[in-house]
Amino acid sequence: MAGATTAQTAVADNLGGFTPEVFARHLALQAASPEWWLERKRGAYSRFESLPMPRRTDEKWRFSNIAGINLGGFSPAGDAPRPDPLSPPPELAVEAAATLSFLNGRLAGGTPASAELANKGVVASALSEAIARHPGMLREHFMAQPQKLGSAKFAALHEAFIDDGAFIFVPRGVEIDRPIVVVHAVSGPGTAVFPHTLVIAEDNSRVTVVDYFASCDPSRQFACGANDLYAGHGARITYTAAQCWSLEALSLQFNSTVVRRDARVQSLNLHLGGKQARHESLSQLQAPGGFSEMLAITIATGAREADQRTLQIHQAPNTKSDLLYKNALLDQSRTIFSGLIIVDPDAQKTDAYQSNRNLMLSDEAESNSLPGLEIQANDVRCTHGATSSRIDPEQEFYLKSRGIPPKAADELLIFGFFEEVLNRLESEELHAALRKLIRAHLRR
Amino acid sequence: MSEITDTDTLETTAENPVSGIDQVAGDFQYAMTYDFDAGTGLNERTVDYISAVKKEAPWIREFRQNALKTFLSKPLPTHWASKDLEAIDFNKIRYYLSQGTKPKRTWDEVPADIKRTFERLGIPEQERRFLAGVEAQFDSEAAYSNIKDAVSKQGVIFVNSSEGLREHPEIFRRFFGKVIPTGDNKFSALNSAVFSGGSFIYVPPGVKVSHPLQAYFRINAENFGQFERTLIICDEGSELTYMEGCTAPKFSTATLHSAVVELVALKGAKIQYITVQNWSPNVFNLVTKRGLAHEEAEIKWIDCNIGSRLTMKYPGVVLRGRKARGEVISIALANDGQHQDTGAKMIHAADETTSTVVSKSISVGQGRATYRGVVHIPRQLKGCKNNTECDALLINTNSRTDTYPAITVRGDRHAVQHEASVSKVSAEQIFYMQQRGLTEGQAMSLSVNGFINDLARQFPMEYSVELKRLIDLEMEGSVG
Repeated sequence: MAGATTAQTAVADNLGGFTPEVFARHLALQAASPEWWLERKRGAYSRFESLPMPRRTDEKWRFSNIAGINLGGFSPAGDAPRPDPLSPPPELAVEAAATLSFLNGRLAGGTPASAELANKGVVASALSEAIARHPGMLREHFMAQPQKLGSAKFAALHEAFIDDGAFIFVPRGVEIDRPIVVVHAVSGPGTAVFPHTLVIAEDNSRVTVVDYFASCDPSRQFACGANDLYAGHGARITYTAAQCWSLEALSLQFNSTVVRRDARVQSLNLHLGGKQARHESLSQLQAPGGFSEMLAITIATGAREADQRTLQIHQAPNTKSDLLYKNALLDQSRTIFSGLIIVDPDAQKTDAYQSNRNLMLSDEAESNSLPGLEIQANDVRCTHGATSSRIDPEQEFYLKSRGIPPKAADELLIFGFFEEVLNRLESEELHAALRKLIRAHLRR
Repeated sequence: MSEITDTDTLETTAENPVSGIDQVAGDFQYAMTYDFDAGTGLNERTVDYISAVKKEAPWIREFRQNALKTFLSKPLPTHWASKDLEAIDFNKIRYYLSQGTKPKRTWDEVPADIKRTFERLGIPEQERRFLAGVEAQFDSEAAYSNIKDAVSKQGVIFVNSSEGLREHPEIFRRFFGKVIPTGDNKFSALNSAVFSGGSFIYVPPGVKVSHPLQAYFRINAENFGQFERTLIICDEGSELTYMEGCTAPKFSTATLHSAVVELVALKGAKIQYITVQNWSPNVFNLVTKRGLAHEEAEIKWIDCNIGSRLTMKYPGVVLRGRKARGEVISIALANDGQHQDTGAKMIHAADETTSTVVSKSISVGQGRATYRGVVHIPRQLKGCKNNTECDALLINTNSRTDTYPAITVRGDRHAVQHEASVSKVSAEQIFYMQQRGLTEGQAMSLSVNGFINDLARQFPMEYSVELKRLIDLEMEGSVG
């Protein structure tokens, strides 16, 4: 009897609220989906079931609060009645080429792309629609890249329980000037959501995508999201994500970027929410001339943990990657940055950079940096740097001597610190929008 | 006496022209008969045997037996370390071999074969020229140990660890196993179970030892494991430079070297510990080295790894006292078939402590050089500083280098920075030198020496010259 109880506890620890019964109910709601999609979900669920939870000795989870990764008490939103959909916040009210809003995993609104773009073949639709219309593209690009950063189990969970997401396809040579904005919102205590944004930019196309993640209420929720970016030859993707989940949320997000010949992807992740938020980002530079720029801004407040794991893999010669992750740490917060640059054998003329800067604004905050390199080719330029320090006291003194109150001075200096990242954005509008989000966060 | 077999043949040199110094200086072996042999494999009886040969006090035997249990219970750290560790067969290793436990005080008393070994390695000559004392360890025990009268009159104790335990238990026991506890890692536990040899040094308050003390470690037997244990205590305001060198003949089977080195620098003391590791390419070199620096004390590790099959060594400093300073200077050269997994650990445990790590590695052919480091600044300290720099030089197209630092900082009153870069030898420089009449190989050697020059200059003259010579030899034939 006691043995059975232990076994049950182990199962509960391993699956949390995502038991086979819950999965069966989820599948029942997906009856309209094609069989190949359901088959994929079943396969993903069995991977989720069999893979172990992260352990303290897992190098990929080093310094993470393993105890905080507890799947108990969460359940999929399912068919529960939904409140009014959330529109993009005023800060993010940019003029968009198209918008899509998801609430608790289901499409809840949006504005379609113009007829002109639609005629050119641009698709900005729900993933559920794309499953039926573009199965080939989904098979090729949806969750197609390896999970190398430690969350294979949770990526499987995402695939098993995903309800819907954004599907953005830009055909060869088409350039879209305005950003496509996607809102993923969650409401209600204990709700689990599985947001997904899939961006496929065909050769020589250009697109800007903004993901906005938000909670409708400040309760504890679980977001297990993924986004796949695929940049064909000569394509340009600018991807910006603003993560504003509730401060009680558990968030796990997996990003995968594939960069083909002469393509260029810029991604900027702004992390503001979550009690414990882990973000994994994998960039694969698969063909010569590819460039991946990976940027992140994190403001860690309270007792939050922001955990960022990155991997830049240079698989072909003459590729470039540039990573800049900046964290501002306040209160009792913790951050972890673990980055790795891999240069495959024969990926000569690689130019890779990785930089993690931690601004310590509290004597109780803790930053952990694990900047790594694995280089197997000699004709490369690879450097990385990590620093942890507080604001230059001279700068503080200067502001003080000008009569600026300490709180305002801190805010100015934090903005100064982040400006280096924000300046990399080409769009003035996005730059201003992110600044507004940061300011609103700091002032609340 | 025993027959002499010399494995230093021309054929081996020709086969692998880049394997370097081992063939030139260290790759020879004199057949030996040992008076004490703990046999092959490891169990409680092996540990008892070693303890009995050394006529140790019961507490040491107990310490060893407990350590053995710890060793057996710990898994290999392959979740982060090289899988190559699994190639070590702990049951095929001989854990203790000696011709007696009492080292000789003059070279004339040292048995002829052993003496010839050390003469060939140039130890007696170095002693005459610039050392304050020498200990020469041959397999498990020190064959020779001497300290110059002038130094011993100052109260400096320099003996091997067995003598230290026997003759100075009051000092030894107070510090032994305190900096590196038995359970620190699997290999420190192994060492604690079967340790033999190594140095015990005590420098009294205010004494500045003007010339370096040196230990030389020689592995002679095949399938052997050498487990020396070194404990150095520098009392308040004293200063010491300690150097160690090591070689082994090249066997086809794996040899294990797993040392534990503990340093204690009391208030205001300075210790400089220099290692030039030049094991043959069949040696697993798995060493735990750590120093404890009290108030205003300074510990500096200069760690140079050229030989061995796999080296895993991360010299550390625990900065226990206010304003303590720690420094690691690491040079690693990984040639074909070698993995130099080296680095540093800086544990800040007091206010205003500073630490510096400078690591330069060179990967040649299929060699792999890895930097692994820890910098830890816990809560409630202020004014701690760390600066880490790692530079890697890759010589051949598919040479490999890795960097895995881990930096934890708590609080907003510290300054920590880490920087690493990877580069190759500049083609322009090589072209320039070739145009001035140097061969490509000479130009490459010069470039590599230039890369480590600012570090090599911090070595005592003799070691710096030796290091340059070693690098020249390693670089031979590495281009083209």
